[in-house]
Amino acid sequence: MIKLNVNGKDYQLDISAEVPLLWVIRDQLQLTGTKYGCGMSLCGACTVHIDGAAARSCVTPVGEVAGRKVVTIEGLEANLRTPLQTAWAAEEVPQCGYCQPGQIMSAAALLTENPQPKDADIDAAMSGNLCRCGTYPRIRRAIQRVARLLPERSAP
Amino acid sequence: MSESIDIRRREFLKASAAVGGGLVLGFYIPLRGAEIAAAQQPPPAVEPNAWIRIAPDERVTILVAKAEMGQGVYTSLPMLIAEELELDWNQIRVAAAPAAPAYKHTVFGIQVTGGSTSVSSSWDQLRTVGASMREMLILAAAQQWAVAPAACQAEKGRVRHPASGREASYGSLAELASRLPVPQQVALKEPKDFKIIGQALPRLDTAEKIDGSGQFGLDVLIPDMLVAVLARSPVFGGQVKSFKAEQAGKVPGVKAVAQVPSGVVVAASDFWSALQGRKALEIVWDEGEGATLATEKLRQQYAELVKTPGTVARQEGDVAQALAGAAKTLEAVYEVPYLAHACMEPLNCVVDLREDRCEIWTGTQFQGGDQNAAAAVAGLKPEQVTINTMLLGGGFGRRANPHSDFVVEAVQVAKALKQPVKVIWTREDDMRGGHYRPLWYSRMNAGLASDGTPLAWQQRIVGQSIIAGTAFEQAMVHNGIDGTSVEGAAELPYAIPNLLVDLHSPKNVVPVQWWRSVGHSHTGFVVESFIDELAAASGTDPYLFRRRLLTAAPRHLGVLELVTKKSVWDKPAPAGRARGLAVHASFGSWVAQVAEVSVDKNGQINVHRVVCAVDCGRVVNPDTVKAQMEGGIIFGLSAALFGEITLKDGRVEQSNFHDYPVVRLDESPEIDVHIVPSSERPTGVGEPGTPPIAAAVANAVFAASGIRLRRLPMTAARVREAMKG
Repeated sequence: MIKLNVNGKDYQLDISAEVPLLWVIRDQLQLTGTKYGCGMSLCGACTVHIDGAAARSCVTPVGEVAGRKVVTIEGLEANLRTPLQTAWAAEEVPQCGYCQPGQIMSAAALLTENPQPKDADIDAAMSGNLCRCGTYPRIRRAIQRVARLLPERSAP
Repeated sequence: MSESIDIRRREFLKASAAVGGGLVLGFYIPLRGAEIAAAQQPPPAVEPNAWIRIAPDERVTILVAKAEMGQGVYTSLPMLIAEELELDWNQIRVAAAPAAPAYKHTVFGIQVTGGSTSVSSSWDQLRTVGASMREMLILAAAQQWAVAPAACQAEKGRVRHPASGREASYGSLAELASRLPVPQQVALKEPKDFKIIGQALPRLDTAEKIDGSGQFGLDVLIPDMLVAVLARSPVFGGQVKSFKAEQAGKVPGVKAVAQVPSGVVVAASDFWSALQGRKALEIVWDEGEGATLATEKLRQQYAELVKTPGTVARQEGDVAQALAGAAKTLEAVYEVPYLAHACMEPLNCVVDLREDRCEIWTGTQFQGGDQNAAAAVAGLKPEQVTINTMLLGGGFGRRANPHSDFVVEAVQVAKALKQPVKVIWTREDDMRGGHYRPLWYSRMNAGLASDGTPLAWQQRIVGQSIIAGTAFEQAMVHNGIDGTSVEGAAELPYAIPNLLVDLHSPKNVVPVQWWRSVGHSHTGFVVESFIDELAAASGTDPYLFRRRLLTAAPRHLGVLELVTKKSVWDKPAPAGRARGLAVHASFGSWVAQVAEVSVDKNGQINVHRVVCAVDCGRVVNPDTVKAQMEGGIIFGLSAALFGEITLKDGRVEQSNFHDYPVVRLDESPEIDVHIVPSSERPTGVGEPGTPPIAAAVANAVFAASGIRLRRLPMTAARVREAMKG
């Protein structure tokens, strides 16, 4: 039995500790907002938060997150979700949309740590998230927009 | 399983069922069979009920027959209907149309999304659909009020009778309207009266794409569904000789192992278990002739073939004579590799196969072909096959497979398992699964007069035909020429009096397919690089050189003038950088790009900025056009700098994003898109942004370093090699 806390909810699952968190989230918990893209931590589509930090769930064995707080796109806290979604919509970021939950989770982790990121900070935090539609210029603008929306926010 | 999961599953099924509900305006315009059969080009029947559902709560659902793969059809196509139907943008919902005859592509004759044609092929059709529905709602109101229809107006989802001050909402009129005949003829708005077309209205699919609720094929859950992965031949064309399922069957969670035509399927309760099961399979393959295939051998074969005359695709004047008499001649060989589409969402397909019906959930660009192909495998009639088009996590052509490969295989799996199943391709399966952009060679020859004027141009192309062997062959291969092999080369826009384009179409077992911009993905690079070579050989500025040769090509000239103005071409680039230019027409549109690059001492090319000008006729949604140019440029840049699929001993050497890199955010240039104002008919935007970028970058590298790169991708290693001379 593995005890999990996902989006504030406790689960007890009879599952092998080696199974990647991504597939537990998708197949067992049936939260499908977290996407599979590569299975090797190369594309970022599976990005979730583990104890507040961005993590690639496709290479994270579920046993490693027992007793820790996992947040997926579905459970992103409103204080982050609202400004991010507002900015993403205002910049019309998504095209196919498949990578966007992962992009938003990476951006949320960046902005939590650094509410006023510079271009180099955005490069460093976001270059692990691939987008084949080429929405990168808009992702950059959306993150800058969140930073403007929340000038009063400070690092926790 | 927790209860919340069961609820979620039920909700999904309820939501799926609801797509068929709502108040449907139920009527069809009867086809005047004989008349239409007699006509050369039958006008498409106007069937408003196939496209529009008006609910009593005033929500209007517009069904879209084209796949939404990022290009924005879930917004631009509803805009066409909404313009004529006089809807408020906020009352519109969008849903995927099923596969049915009403949704056939007006040009291709089968339900498909491709060729950058969604807006252009729907432009008259969907505006007429919207106008027809508007007229019926007006007539319904007029009948209710016993007034003349001409005295009523439609506006923002309501019909008004100004003389009496009466008004009624569409929702309240829908039922009555549904019993009225569809007007035989409707007047479409004059462009000056457009309120919606031409506006950067917000996309209708954004909300579900930023909160995780959007349902892609991979996200589909149906009751009693197994999850399956397949072991496919490591060599194209190989077959299973024998296999042992015992160990795989012992893996916890694995429910079934079976042989299917494309390999061995392992089905389990979940993806991870299926994958562990696949690892435990023991398979002996009959690899066939493909086992000796190697990219290096193909390159040698193509390099020889390109020296011998091919089938003529275009001939003007006498190239041989003109070359013989030229003051200066140039010759160069260009090469581009096989490319994978590498959609972010790996291929997948859910199938529920029953005795008398088959239901499919997948992200597909080719509902019509998939429906027919699935029916053939299932032994059903096409109308017994339901296709639920989910959101596509990228398409780029891969999800319009002419053989419906990933759908056919999933139906075969469902047939073998006798249980609903979701087939998932891993990233490695997807990347090694073939259906690549072909490997292409081009030998270029040109002759210049003593004043630098080009006298002759020859392009000899070598590469596999995408169309041969598909259902499209009869329509698209003429006199041995697959039009997609030479598109962008045969219609050279430059005024050069002697022109020859010829083609070799060698065959091998590597499956090839259209990849965003198809033939233009190689000809755009080759033609626009070689014209730059001619400009350099004649000692002329690349912009001025092109301009002189484009005097009879006004729309090429239009984008060329705009892009050079916006990029301030006549002023030097910032220190350490150089600019390169390319202009290329494809899918009815004209695109010019200026890339600003630097090359560091390690051979690394950095693309800092791209300025793009596009002429795509009348613009439906300018923000969508800009987004497609941005996306097309970045997609093309991945191919220009990194993308390459190679084979050794018949095996694809790449497998995932570590050895098939694509552009990342920190490598992505600043992009500045400008649209040429136009009142011409709308043309394509999904693909035309891709073809020019590789040439614009290669030309900028030449301007920066004097190095002419003729082979893609332009990796740092290749640039370093070229630097050595």
